[in-house]
Amino acid sequence: MTVLLFSLIVLAGSFLAGLVGSLTGLGGGVVIIPLLTLGFGVDIHYAIGASLISVIATSSGAAAAYVKEGISNIRIGMFLEVATTLGAVGGATLAIYAPTHIIAIIFGFVLIFSAALSLKKKEEVMVQANAGKFATALKLDSSYPTAKGEIKYSAQNIPGGFFMMVIAGLISGLLGIGSGALKVIAMDHFMKLPFKVSTTTSNFMIGVTAAASAGIYMHRGYINPGLSMPVVLGVIAGAFLGSKILVKSETKWLRILFAIIIVFLAFQMIYNGITGQI
Amino acid sequence: MNKEIEMSDYDIEAVMGKLLITGVIISGAMILSGGIYYLIQYGFSIPHFKTFRGEPSNLRSVSKIITGVIHLDSLSIIQLGLLLLIATPIARVIFAVIGFFMEKDFLYVLISLIVLGIIAYSIFSVATG
Repeated sequence: MTVLLFSLIVLAGSFLAGLVGSLTGLGGGVVIIPLLTLGFGVDIHYAIGASLISVIATSSGAAAAYVKEGISNIRIGMFLEVATTLGAVGGATLAIYAPTHIIAIIFGFVLIFSAALSLKKKEEVMVQANAGKFATALKLDSSYPTAKGEIKYSAQNIPGGFFMMVIAGLISGLLGIGSGALKVIAMDHFMKLPFKVSTTTSNFMIGVTAAASAGIYMHRGYINPGLSMPVVLGVIAGAFLGSKILVKSETKWLRILFAIIIVFLAFQMIYNGITGQI
Repeated sequence: MNKEIEMSDYDIEAVMGKLLITGVIISGAMILSGGIYYLIQYGFSIPHFKTFRGEPSNLRSVSKIITGVIHLDSLSIIQLGLLLLIATPIARVIFAVIGFFMEKDFLYVLISLIVLGIIAYSIFSVATG
């Protein structure tokens, strides 16, 4: 296979990953890394490096769209980024020393977990709690506009949420994915923030988290320009198209289909990791 | 929290959003043009991504990447685009530091600076190596 053919196939694959990733909210990284490692035998470290950059591209590219909604809480995001960036630097450092087959096995389990989460029904539980001492000191309370008027909210269980964010950052740095699902759990489930606030704030954090590990990957030589080029361009184009058609389409069946594909890929990653083929 | 502060939070984010999208477009264009040039140069050779050997040292540090770009090396042009893309969220944090400073929210100036410090630890090796 020539470089040209390889680049075109990876470009097409990344475009699809970026499109479906944006439609389902799972991000492109969960498909790109199995595509590159299982499909083309690319070393997983290179695949992670390329995926990390595409994660940054989608996060930064989507930021302008989220600002219009005016509910991404910049303070909550910044405070929790202390946790995610610490975790990300730790995860990236770990990835350098971890053998490839171990990374593949962990990746597989995280994939299954993400797939299960994406199928879980999301219900909005409004907690009109008063701000605790911690939340008040850190100004982690705000309000956001809804059809029923301004809704006030305040962050609960801040230590728990902070800890979850360290884990989310660790996984992002180790596996080269945005781990947006984990970030949303930390804010939505632990800190009881409104779901919409959690998702938009998560997008704000994903890029910063990925940038914290990307520096380490680049220094270690894991960012390969020839491989990253089609991945990043494909994902940007796919995610852009996805953001245009997201507005009113029904994504339930897409989610189920995507979850099945991801579980299939997950078992492949785990099998290849255990048999040492990755 | 009063209305005034919320408004300026919104302003910070609006400017940031524009800044980020501009960064993505510029770096995307750089990666695309470098990529086309790369495919014209090496399109018909065989890729070698199967075993990890690390990039040649001239693609790992900022000064060497820029030297490569001056010599119109296609891979260096792509790498500079990738580097610029990595820099977009960092610009976002720097902008937040300035924004919080203007709002006189010094607690959050400090928190943003801590985040910046952690990223700097990661990037520092690239900038100087």
